[in-house]
Amino acid sequence: MTCHSNSNARTKAVLITGAAGGIGLALVSACLQHGWYVFANVRNQASWISLQSALEKQNADTNPHCQPLVYDVNEPEKVKDAFNEIRKSGKQLQGLVNNAGVMYDAALGMISLSEFTQQMTVNVTASFQHMQLAARLMTRQKSGSIVNISSVVALDGSAGQVAYSTSKASLLGMTKSAAKELANLNIRVNAVAPGFIETQLTERYTAEVRQKIIDKIEMKRSGRASEVAATIVHLLSSDSAYITGQCIRVDGMMTV
Amino acid sequence: MNNSEKLVQSFVTALNIKAEQVTDSLTYNEISEWDSTAHMILIAELEDQFDIMLDTDDIIDMSSVAEAKKIMSKYDVSF
Repeated sequence: MTCHSNSNARTKAVLITGAAGGIGLALVSACLQHGWYVFANVRNQASWISLQSALEKQNADTNPHCQPLVYDVNEPEKVKDAFNEIRKSGKQLQGLVNNAGVMYDAALGMISLSEFTQQMTVNVTASFQHMQLAARLMTRQKSGSIVNISSVVALDGSAGQVAYSTSKASLLGMTKSAAKELANLNIRVNAVAPGFIETQLTERYTAEVRQKIIDKIEMKRSGRASEVAATIVHLLSSDSAYITGQCIRVDGMMTV
Repeated sequence: MNNSEKLVQSFVTALNIKAEQVTDSLTYNEISEWDSTAHMILIAELEDQFDIMLDTDDIIDMSSVAEAKKIMSKYDVSF
């Protein structure tokens, strides 16, 4: 794990999991612009190099304020090590965004238990552990904001996405319960439910499938990762100081 | 501060109680000050005082001051 030398100027930090993905990159960029120090979780060095390259194009001046945490969110010991590194960094963890996720599209009768379990492990169990450890760090300063990335399919359901929607709906229960537990510590927990957003998860869709989905969106276009990131930054910031236990749709008014 | 004093100080700060109340027999939920929220604050205090990161199982098991001492010894903290 690399630690940049010019990292002392910003003390308030945000941890973003799955930082190399579409929403992840937009979010890292938005958080850096907001003035936060960013711990960017990526799965491997190649992902970090890719993220770094994209950041250099967008935020040449703020790049020193982003530190990679290279680990697989499915490995609990590695997750714990990452939080220990954050604890020892001297930065104040003010935000966590559980953004890492996987999506397998398959009908109920066509998805294996192992694929179901893998989605639950990445999307739910890993988010749970991150939330648990982040809350412990945030308890120190009695403030913080956690944002879980859910999906509109968690709220509306989606044929062909039973496993994925199950995992994303679990995040909503987790969000509301944790919000109630942590409110008296001034730690807020919210969720964002993106609709059809242009990312690696959706780029494999054919033009026909893409059009069918867009036809169901009142704004008649797909969403941009930067639009999701803007909502997350709002929830992380003190601008939303009185908002907790909520799920905000970012979907252009989509009907699934 | 030696380790015993650090431990007592952690309980005093986290639970907002007097040092005299921090005895081995003091148990979780025995007094109103040691509730689940204070327990989280206590864990943060102990981690900061002793520069460690506790396992979740140890946090769950930390049901008394005596138990806290036992658990801390797993992290090379002696009393």
